[in-house]
Amino acid sequence: MSVTTAVPPSAVRRPAFRRLATTEFKLYLRERVGPVWGLGFPLLLLIIFGSIPSFNRPNSDFGGLTELDVYVPILIAFVIAMPQLVALPMALASYRERGVLRRLRTTPVGPARVLAAQLVVNLVNLVVTIAVLLTVARFAYGVRLPRQFAGFVLAALFGAAALLAIGLFVAAVAPSARAAQAIGTILFFPMMFFAGLWLPIDQMPPVLRHISHAAPLGAAVQALQDSAQGHWPHPLQLVTMAAYAVVFGLAATRLFRWE
Amino acid sequence: MSPVIEIEHLHKRYGDTVAVDDVSLTVEEGEIFGILGPNGAGKTTTVECVAGLRTPDRGAIRVLGLDPSRDRAELTQRLGIQLQDGQLPGRLRVAEALELYSSFYRDPADWRSLMDMLGLSAKSRTRFDKLSGGQKQRLSIALALVGSPRVAVLDELTTGLDPQARRDTWDLIRDVRSHGVTIVLVTHFMEEAERLCDRLALIDSGRVVVVDTPAGLTERVEVEQRIQFRPSVPLDDRLLTDLPDVTGVTRQGDVVVVTGTANALNAVTSVLARNQIVAKQLRVEQASLEDAFVALTGRHTGQN
Repeated sequence: MSVTTAVPPSAVRRPAFRRLATTEFKLYLRERVGPVWGLGFPLLLLIIFGSIPSFNRPNSDFGGLTELDVYVPILIAFVIAMPQLVALPMALASYRERGVLRRLRTTPVGPARVLAAQLVVNLVNLVVTIAVLLTVARFAYGVRLPRQFAGFVLAALFGAAALLAIGLFVAAVAPSARAAQAIGTILFFPMMFFAGLWLPIDQMPPVLRHISHAAPLGAAVQALQDSAQGHWPHPLQLVTMAAYAVVFGLAATRLFRWE
Repeated sequence: MSPVIEIEHLHKRYGDTVAVDDVSLTVEEGEIFGILGPNGAGKTTTVECVAGLRTPDRGAIRVLGLDPSRDRAELTQRLGIQLQDGQLPGRLRVAEALELYSSFYRDPADWRSLMDMLGLSAKSRTRFDKLSGGQKQRLSIALALVGSPRVAVLDELTTGLDPQARRDTWDLIRDVRSHGVTIVLVTHFMEEAERLCDRLALIDSGRVVVVDTPAGLTERVEVEQRIQFRPSVPLDDRLLTDLPDVTGVTRQGDVVVVTGTANALNAVTSVLARNQIVAKQLRVEQASLEDAFVALTGRHTGQN
C-alpha cells in the first residue's frame, strides 16, 4: 500500500493549468477556424472598408463621423461574437462528443479546468485581436482610438460576457459538435445584422432599430460606438448585455453535461 | 494486508434499467484481476463506480481505503483508468498529450519512457487523428499509467489491436504488475482473461456468477472431452462404446470422434493399444474457459 503525503485533494499545481491553457491555445491555432474568422476576416474587412475613399470622409448621415468610425465598433462586435458563438461551442461540444471531457474526469484536473483554460485563451485572444484592429485602424486609416477608454473596455467586456453566455448555452443544448457549429453560425448572422454589419443601426427603419437595441450585439455596438466618441455607454445597453449574460449563463450551467 | 478494492453489494440502475444488480468482490494488492462477462453484464458500470465516475445507488466501495464518491480528488491521483471511448482532441500530438497529462499528477511517471515502452516514440509528433486504432489504444493505456497509479483499471484493453500488438500489450501489463501495480482488467476476450489474469470474476446480468482462477473456473464445469483420431485399421465401435467413460462415438468419414468424461482419453488409448490399433492424427479438445463461460452463464460471449 502506498504511503500518501498530506496534500489537500483539490490542490492541483498551477503548472497543470498553465500547460492546459498553452495546449488549448496551440489547438486553437491549429484549428485555423479561430484565427481565420476571428482575426483574419475582420482585419480584411477593415482593410477593404479603409481603402474605400468615401469611408474616410466625414459623413453628415453619421453626424459628421466617417463611415469607418461607425464600422470599427461593428468589427469589434464581430471579433467578440465569432469565437464565443461559433468556435467555443464547437470545441466544447466536440470535446464532449469525443469523450475528452470524460477522460479528463478520470484525472485530478477535471473537465471544468479545460473550460476555464478555453475561457482564458478566448479572453487573451480577444484582447489581442481588439488591440490589432484598433491599431491598424488608427495608424493605417486615422481612426481615433476610443476616447472614453474605460467605457470602451467595459462595453467590450459586457458584450463578451453576453456572447459567452449564449455560446455556452449553445454548447449545452447542442447534441453534437456539428449541431453546435450550425446553431452558432445560424445565430451569428442575424446577430451581426442587428449589429449593423450590413446596414448601420442609425440607418435602419424604426422597427429594426428597436430590435437592434434589444439584441446583444446591437447593444454592444451602440455602447462601443458611444465610448469611441467619448461618451460613457448608456446604462440601458449595459443592462441589456448583463441580462443576456445572466439568463443564458444560468441556463447553460443548468443544462450543461460533461458527458 | 487489506484488499486494494472492496465492493459490497453494489447496485446501480439507470432509470428502469438495472445495470448492476448485486456485485460484491475484492481485489488483492498486486494481482491482475479480470472482470469477464457478456455485453451489458454490468462490467463497465462496476468499474465506473470503482473510479468514482458514477455514484452507486446502493452498496459500499473502498479503493485503497478511499470512498470513490467522496474522496474522488485523491482517488484520481492513485487510480488510473483507461476508458472504452475516451478520445483526445484531434490535433493534439502524442508527446504533447503525455506531457500534458503527466502535469496533472502529484508524482507522475516518466512520460518519455512510458511512450517508449508502448512503442509510440516514433509517433511522438503525430496528431491523435492520424494514429491507427492500435496506436490510439496504446496511447490511451499510457495515459492511464502516466500518473504512476497504484491501481490501473483497463476497460477492453486490447479490443481493436492486432494479435502481435495484443501480445505486446499483455507483456506490458505483466511488466506494470511486476512494479506492484494492481490491475483490473475488463474484458470479454477469453484468451486474454486466461493468459493474463490471476483471478477472474464472471459477471452476468449484474451479478457475480463466480470468482476463481482461470484454471479453477475451467475445472468447475464438467465438460465432455472430445477425442478424434484416424484408426490405422478398421475399428468396431463397440470396442469404444463398451467403455464406461465413453458417452458417444460418431464417425466423420474415416475419422472417429469419441466423447466422454475427463478419463475417456486414458480408457480409449488403452483399449486401442490392447487391440494394436494406432490412433493417427489424435486430437483432444478439452474444456476451455469459453466452455466454462457458456456453461456458467448459459450464453455465448459474442466475441469474434
